Amino acid sequence: MSALVLSLAFVGGFVIMSLELLGGRVLAPYFGSSIHVWGSIITVFMASLALGYLAGGRWSLRSPSLAKFAGLFLVGAGLLYPLVYFSEAAMEWIFHTIEDPRYGSLAASMVLFVLPTAMLGMISPYAVRLLVRTTEESGNIAGRLYFVSTAGSALGTLGTSFYFVLWWEINTILTMLTAALVLAGTTALVVARIRP
Amino acid sequence: MTALRAVRGRDALAPGRNARSKRDPGPRASRPRLAVSKPRRLATALLGLALLAPLASAEVVHRERSLYQTILVVKQGRTLCLQFSLRRAQRNQSCLDERRPERMVLDYTRMMMAALLFGPAPQRILMVGLGGGTLPMALTAIYPQAQLDAVEIDPAVVQVAKRHFGFTESERLKVHVEDARVFTRRAVAAGRSYDLIMLDAFGADYIPEHLMTREYLADTRALLTGNGALAANTFAISQLYDHESATYFDVFGPFFNLKLPSSGNRVILAAKTQLPSLMTLNTRAAALDKSLAPYGIKIRSYPRRLKSEIDWAADTRVLTDQYAPANLLQTR
Repeated sequence: MSALVLSLAFVGGFVIMSLELLGGRVLAPYFGSSIHVWGSIITVFMASLALGYLAGGRWSLRSPSLAKFAGLFLVGAGLLYPLVYFSEAAMEWIFHTIEDPRYGSLAASMVLFVLPTAMLGMISPYAVRLLVRTTEESGNIAGRLYFVSTAGSALGTLGTSFYFVLWWEINTILTMLTAALVLAGTTALVVARIRP
Repeated sequence: MTALRAVRGRDALAPGRNARSKRDPGPRASRPRLAVSKPRRLATALLGLALLAPLASAEVVHRERSLYQTILVVKQGRTLCLQFSLRRAQRNQSCLDERRPERMVLDYTRMMMAALLFGPAPQRILMVGLGGGTLPMALTAIYPQAQLDAVEIDPAVVQVAKRHFGFTESERLKVHVEDARVFTRRAVAAGRSYDLIMLDAFGADYIPEHLMTREYLADTRALLTGNGALAANTFAISQLYDHESATYFDVFGPFFNLKLPSSGNRVILAAKTQLPSLMTLNTRAAALDKSLAPYGIKIRSYPRRLKSEIDWAADTRVLTDQYAPANLLQTR
């Protein structure tokens, strides 16, 4: 159980940073790569994660379970995948609606990334709840969780910026990130069925 | 998850460096870095020497860290050069000969002017990447009736061009401080068009990747008038050479490459219409010769150097917004 939750947190961290890095590439054709574009992306990811942490903690108060935890990944996948199809149209519309490129890129980052990122942000606090049994071990477990999820983020960043963009198109990478979330969620669901 | 922040901070910087601005790999300093792949160590050593030599006698007149790069203005004798510094490598983006300010010091600036061989005197000109403003100043001087829009992402570059390189804005010569991709998209939407477009957007290492994709070039092509011409500054010996060529070919069809033995640059010349014949080019060069001579441009020698042969692998992948690993391909 512990190993499974940790591996899932790793996948969550990986996907978050891979997505953030791709965000710059997704926005560049419409909003360029001026400093404010990266500012928008980082702002939106930070704010979304913050909300996700809050929401994940709150949700963990209501009879937490591995099955619900799996749900975070599946819903996250459901929110991530549409980017492949609607991001062009959304950016086209925002580009022509908002003149100022700073607010244009901020609005686009919000429309594209708030929902999936906030959902993925819920993973960490929820995982803490699933793993902690006693007060004494809580800090240790939280530390271990941050370790794996942040290591996942580091690897997601490296993999995406060094290799994925060299091998695949952006939409292919987004599809694979979705697949990773679905795989993680399904695995957790199956385990939850076998060992309720 | 605080550690995430640190990771993020660093990544955010890297893409930011892709400022669009100007240009030239500079005959000495830059070329070895592009050829790094093969005899990497030797090249690095040579680069070190190549860098040290000019620096020894050069005086740094101005140094500034802008949003996108470190900007240096370096004086060597009577020549003033604008450089963007990346790690320890400096490349000349623009140079000015103080004794003869109109003379174009860098090979590539003269090569870019070959675009004038394509058609009649341009009325509307678009310059992407300002640098020291050499090309815009020359073009507006040669064509006093022309209107020129220059796009530059880095406001500090515009200031340096004005303060050190004699660049001046006017009713006819306007600078737009924004990302070229954004400018182009808005210009297409507004239905604007240009007779001459010069692409010279360079950061400290190379052209930003979102400014060399099929989509960007297609938008740029859409800005060209029916007999408009485009000149793009690129590196002649870069790992990206084939990808760039394939991408330009995809958008424009056959185009001319202009290379000089003395230069590390390759200037791409393209048009919406068919490429002009050698005879037409020669006639046009003869007509231009006098007005370009003060700039040190031997325009009559260019027509025979324009090559439209496909000198890249036929199966080279085209760069697109979906597939644009330009910086990674370049350093491989």
